[in-house]
Amino acid sequence: MTALVAGLTLPLLAAFAAIALPMRARVPAALLGAGLTLAASLWLAVVVWQTGPVTLSLGGWQPPIGIALRADGLGAALGVMTALVMTAVALAARHEMAASVAGPRAGFGFWPLMLLLWATMNAAFVSRDLFNLYVVLELITLSAVALVAISGKAEAIAAALRYLLFALAGSLLYLAGVVLTYAAHGTLDISLLAARMAAPSDALALGLMTAGLLVKTALFPFHVWLPHAHSAAPAPASALLSALVPKASLLILLRLWFEAMPDLAAPAALLTLASLGAMAVIWGGLLALAQARLKLIVAYSTVAQLGYIFLVFPLAGGDGGAQVWAAGAWTGAIFQTLSHGLAKAAMFLVAGIYLVAMGSDRLSDLRGMARALPMTGFAFALASITLMGLPPSGGFTAKYLLMTAAFASGQWAWALVLAAGGLLAAAYLYRPLAAIFARESAVAPRAIPRSWQAIPLGLAVLSVALGLLSSVPFEFLQIGRPDPAAEGL
Amino acid sequence: MSVALDITLCALVLGVGWATVAGHGVFRAVIFFITYGLLLAIVWARLGAYDVALAEAAISAGLTGVLLLAAHGRLRRLNASQEVPLHLNLPAAVVAVGIAAGLGWAWFALPAPTAPDLSQALPQSGVGNPVTAVLLNFRAWDTLLESVILLAALLGLWMLARDHAWDKPLGLPYHARPGGVLASFGRVLPPIGLIFGVYLVWAGADTTGGAFQGGTVLAAVCLVTIMAGVLHAPRVEQAAWRAALVLGPGVFVLSGIAGAVFAQGFLALPPALAKPAIVTIEAALTVSIAVTLVLLVIGPPDEGEQDA
Repeated sequence: MTALVAGLTLPLLAAFAAIALPMRARVPAALLGAGLTLAASLWLAVVVWQTGPVTLSLGGWQPPIGIALRADGLGAALGVMTALVMTAVALAARHEMAASVAGPRAGFGFWPLMLLLWATMNAAFVSRDLFNLYVVLELITLSAVALVAISGKAEAIAAALRYLLFALAGSLLYLAGVVLTYAAHGTLDISLLAARMAAPSDALALGLMTAGLLVKTALFPFHVWLPHAHSAAPAPASALLSALVPKASLLILLRLWFEAMPDLAAPAALLTLASLGAMAVIWGGLLALAQARLKLIVAYSTVAQLGYIFLVFPLAGGDGGAQVWAAGAWTGAIFQTLSHGLAKAAMFLVAGIYLVAMGSDRLSDLRGMARALPMTGFAFALASITLMGLPPSGGFTAKYLLMTAAFASGQWAWALVLAAGGLLAAAYLYRPLAAIFARESAVAPRAIPRSWQAIPLGLAVLSVALGLLSSVPFEFLQIGRPDPAAEGL
Repeated sequence: MSVALDITLCALVLGVGWATVAGHGVFRAVIFFITYGLLLAIVWARLGAYDVALAEAAISAGLTGVLLLAAHGRLRRLNASQEVPLHLNLPAAVVAVGIAAGLGWAWFALPAPTAPDLSQALPQSGVGNPVTAVLLNFRAWDTLLESVILLAALLGLWMLARDHAWDKPLGLPYHARPGGVLASFGRVLPPIGLIFGVYLVWAGADTTGGAFQGGTVLAAVCLVTIMAGVLHAPRVEQAAWRAALVLGPGVFVLSGIAGAVFAQGFLALPPALAKPAIVTIEAALTVSIAVTLVLLVIGPPDEGEQDA
């Protein structure tokens, strides 16, 4: 319980300190908060691993009066991934978002916004209350929108406004569904809802909540706000926005469809969700292929990579939940969530280093960068291996598990999507890789300290290691799973 | 009689709502929107939800109205177009009508909602107003995060400042004619508003009121004094103002941690200490809510050159 509370309160207190303290104390306070929160997240994972899910009724009030928190394997694993990405971003931001580099305004705002985002991501991973999750989503959205606008450029502010309008529409839809659920059942606790008497309005409520969450997760066709918002932000902020922010609304979707209302998972609805995911994989990949700037390629790749995760709905949802392949499909989708987070953050941090070194992220300006900055080039290559789904990376494990489940369940069309998506990822990542590893010397890039170059490399190595050492995370993710189907294939 | 009043209210809400979205000019829409907020406040009062009515009137009609009027004033100074294009966005209209129809259907399909029974829990909460009990005790985690939302919104607003204006005072400078209506209001209203705001916070424990409503009234008082030129707008680098922003959420988090250390758990309030703890948290929250709302309304640091 202590670890759970620490993971929620430490980043909040650090954010308050970063706002109130004078300039010279701001970054040390934020880094101290980041270190302590990382420790709390790891500690929570150890507790969950040793003793099972950690539950907490806030204020001592049981649902339906109070709010319950529960850290299961899924929530704790996402918490650790978030902590690793946040820590890496904080270390990189020491170079990129210092007040002397980014200006006093961005140098002030980045730290509290990052820490507030961290606290609310942790809150989203453990909350069991649908209204509390609404409040959490609003806080995530506001922090994320501010991080998009933080560069102060006109196009960044336009992208932030567009993102805000989309996200607020999503919030309203989600809130309407929450209100309907409360009106019908008098509770918003996920565990109590799982044991509810079905009401005629449940399908409408789930539909509204799902639509709102899809807008916030940027699933095709609601992805139009994402690429420009994610690429307009400074690189450390982009890393947070792309690697972490969509995962919160995605997790709530999983909780709704697998834990709160699994009885409503009709085959047609599951098929629709996965079809949108499949279109995201293809369309996001094609658009990534057409971009000339590294950050836009990486941002469009987020649209595609998020699409894979939606294949989990027909493979493990509804009646499929009791089948032998369900555990594999479910774990594959979570592996995809985790490995994409690590690899995507690594890529954006690499893009940030190139922007500082060359002043540009156009592919034509990045030719031969691997010669000048070999560690950074290696980090990008490793992260690409994960996104393409090549062995032995975490992305490979994810796609292998999903593909096995697709064949075992006879839904081979999803296997085709996985294969086509992998080929597209290889194609759109080949272009930046070919430029970075071109046999020519880049024109006098600015020197980048080794300690900074090591940050994205660390994340990229972790995203590959997730595949090499997949048995521990595999078992960890099953802790507290709602539907303990027979262990995978 | 009351049926006639309700029907008139509904017609007014729908009519004013339509006039807000269907009108031509920005100014007209803003004025109708403020009226709309006031009408909704009356609707909430008719439904017996006095706390919501107060919040609706203070925040939605009052502060949002000031914000929209300020935005309109700035658009006018920039000579931006004030015309709202009058074409129908067909997909948006279809989606909106579909959602409205679905919600309307659910209203008829669902039985009257049953709220959880609070009769056992309320005496343990330390306060008599069930709304305050829910906000500060049963669901304190929501309220804590909501107070942080205000903070995040202000940070987001400040990120829209221009870099070279960062050390300038917040917002545009206000000028009031000495001896004019605004200047005298700026000196007469604050004492009354101050007492009313503090009363709302104090009364919130047992009757209608609370930190959000009281904080909004105090924010309005502060805004009037700034607009009348009695107080000067602060700068971002003034540490006392930044400390006031985080005072409420900070006290809230620390008292939650104290509950974890000394009582049954995070955010737990022992019944004997619940009332003083809630009043302390509300007082700190009121300060932060008032300051945050004032700074949200006056806007990011600005050198104010557009005035010329």
